[in-house]
Amino acid sequence: MTRVFVSRDSTALSLGAEQVAQSLQQLADTKGLDIEIVRNGSRGMFWLEPLVEVETSTGRVAYGPVQPEDLATLVEAGFLDGKQHVLSLGNIEEHPFFKYQNRLTFARVGLTDPVNLEDYLAHDGYRGLKNALALQPVDIVKHVTDSGLRGRGGAAFPTGIKWNTVMNAPAEQKYIVCNADEGDSGTFSDRMIMEGDPFVLIEGMTIAGLAVGATQGYIYLRIEYPHAKIALNQAIEAAYQHGYLGENIQGSGKTFHLEVRSGAGAYICGEETSLLESLEGKRGLVRFKPPLPAIVGLFGKPTIVNNVISLASIPVILDKGGEYYRDYGMGRSRGTLPLQLAGNIKHSGLFEAAFGMTLREILYDYGGGSASGRPIRAVQVGGPLGAYLHEGQFDTPLDYEAFAAIACVLGHGGIVVHDDTVNMSEMARYAMEFCVEESCGKCTPCRIGSTRGVEVIDRIVGNEQKQKNTELLRDLCDTMLCGSLCAMGGMTPYPVLSALNHFPEDFGLPTAKA
Amino acid sequence: MQDYQSQKPIVLDILASHRTMPGNLLPILHGIQDTLGYIPPAAVEDIAKDLSLSKAEVHGVISFYHYFRTTPPGKHTIRICRAESCQAMNSKALEQHAKQTLGIDFHQTTTDEQFSLEAVYCLGNCGCSPSITIDDQVHGRVTPEKFDRLVASCKGNKS
Ligand SMILES: Cc1cc2nc3c(=O)[nH]c(=O)nc-3n(C[C@H](O)[C@H](O)[C@H](O)COP(=O)(O)O)c2cc1C
Ligand code: SF4
Ligand code: FES
Repeated sequence: MTRVFVSRDSTALSLGAEQVAQSLQQLADTKGLDIEIVRNGSRGMFWLEPLVEVETSTGRVAYGPVQPEDLATLVEAGFLDGKQHVLSLGNIEEHPFFKYQNRLTFARVGLTDPVNLEDYLAHDGYRGLKNALALQPVDIVKHVTDSGLRGRGGAAFPTGIKWNTVMNAPAEQKYIVCNADEGDSGTFSDRMIMEGDPFVLIEGMTIAGLAVGATQGYIYLRIEYPHAKIALNQAIEAAYQHGYLGENIQGSGKTFHLEVRSGAGAYICGEETSLLESLEGKRGLVRFKPPLPAIVGLFGKPTIVNNVISLASIPVILDKGGEYYRDYGMGRSRGTLPLQLAGNIKHSGLFEAAFGMTLREILYDYGGGSASGRPIRAVQVGGPLGAYLHEGQFDTPLDYEAFAAIACVLGHGGIVVHDDTVNMSEMARYAMEFCVEESCGKCTPCRIGSTRGVEVIDRIVGNEQKQKNTELLRDLCDTMLCGSLCAMGGMTPYPVLSALNHFPEDFGLPTAKA
Repeated sequence: MQDYQSQKPIVLDILASHRTMPGNLLPILHGIQDTLGYIPPAAVEDIAKDLSLSKAEVHGVISFYHYFRTTPPGKHTIRICRAESCQAMNSKALEQHAKQTLGIDFHQTTTDEQFSLEAVYCLGNCGCSPSITIDDQVHGRVTPEKFDRLVASCKGNKS
């Protein structure tokens, strides 16, 4: 029996992986091929999807991108024995895009059957939980603190400190909430973890529960991710069946329950307090802070709200120790960040690397430059609230502080590339429009300011009192920056001002000084 | 539009099965929309009564979330991603093409009730922009030609 891998990842499916898997099964049935098709996650090299991997005596040999009509010639060429074919990629783990990564959080994604618990265990799964079960809560939290892990959801707040606060908050009931609302354009690492290795998130949340004494967890999953929901629920069910969730986890006497809840298409529900409101069944209005969710969170109880990647990085930290994780990275940005390459880029996909690589390296050495072959002009990092970087900033290292120093954010590690056909006044206008569309409406600078922002940009571009309106736009951005309750209104000025400052010619204004 | 009396038992059933769930309003609304395709405005009163909320509160929740709809959708729902990564790969042209060939704008349904068109902000498929979904299927690198093929195959499919 030969094992053949065809991904079930959404992106692979969006390029036809389902048809490839089905056609392969049909071909196997008619030709009597002795194969088992495993539906794995994605290796994250999207330009090669649908990727087909064959397990041979010398390792996994890959072919891609494969369309159903290629299967007949693949069989003829002897792909089940790893033989040559025009679509041959050799051992996929030797591919430069894959080989030079530091896959800690994504170690198993693309390798294993995501919902097969045995496969998870065979690839070092649940070793972190095993260690955690033998530790006191303070020691679990200490590992997390020592690792230097900072929240991967955007604000980069130290995870250990958050956990410590919840651990020390006395309460009958506490909660672990996973923020799986991943709404930023150019980000898909949360989705890839949930579809490609859901157990690692479940394990991370269970460890969080042990650390702070929470017995109930919720994954707040955006509605746009139906495949992630299926994979998560399959994995949760398997974990319950084998005593990794529920009462008396692995005979320890500890309890942790986990449930997936669907969002309903509101970007603001990614903001943690808005998310909690939504989980409670209300409109997703942002709450004033303090009190922090760590003290008064879900249903008024102490709650950890962490991003998917933050929680999915916990198992390796508890398995190998905080120091091991900390040894990756630079400065105060420790460990690894799964970078997501999107937009107009040749080699789009996910690249997990230690902090410190430059943007230029990732764009050109690994990303292969633009997809259109035209010069890269502007790159937005950190989602719709992130600034646009221009060519002169591409040597900035990917590090939270280095980005902050140039008024940019790393956020969730999403990198969206635009070539030189982009019109940056349109992107600035879109940023304001997005804020109009997605503002929770609680505060005026964000709710009204964004609408005014769209109008003012239109006037600048339409040559109406250019100078005066440009000043007005800057004023407005200042008001939004200072007067907004959360980062939705508070950071929308980032993309707008960066577009205006670096690409004024697109607004019909004099070119910026170099 | 369907008469609410025939839908009411389904709504009451969904309410009953979520009674003990903490924070149950969104799951209830999802349950109703999954089953009926939309949330009938007449259901608001039943939901409010069951959860001891005011009708305004329930209505406020439904209208806050882009995903919930209060009118029946077409047979197929097409969602086009309008976010940055897809824009970088020319989603604007795709949007134009879709509106033109379907003859509708966002949030509208074709007169033959075959297709509803919705805007969406990122499908997490940004590595293969531009992206759309048709019902629950994601499609990447969608050109106007690919769009036409996908729409045609929906029409061919009798289900
Ligand atoms: C408008 C807005 C949207 C956000 N969206 C997300 C999101 O989709 N996912 C996420 O993990 N964090 C998001 N955040 C950040 C969360 O508020 C919060 O900082 C995070 O969930 C904390 O988890 P972490 O410490 O593990 O990053 C968003 C914040 C704002 C202001
Ligand atoms: S800044 Fe915008 S999204 Fe944030 S609380 Fe204010 S109105 Fe709501
Ligand atoms: S921006 Fe369109 S799928 Fe993410």
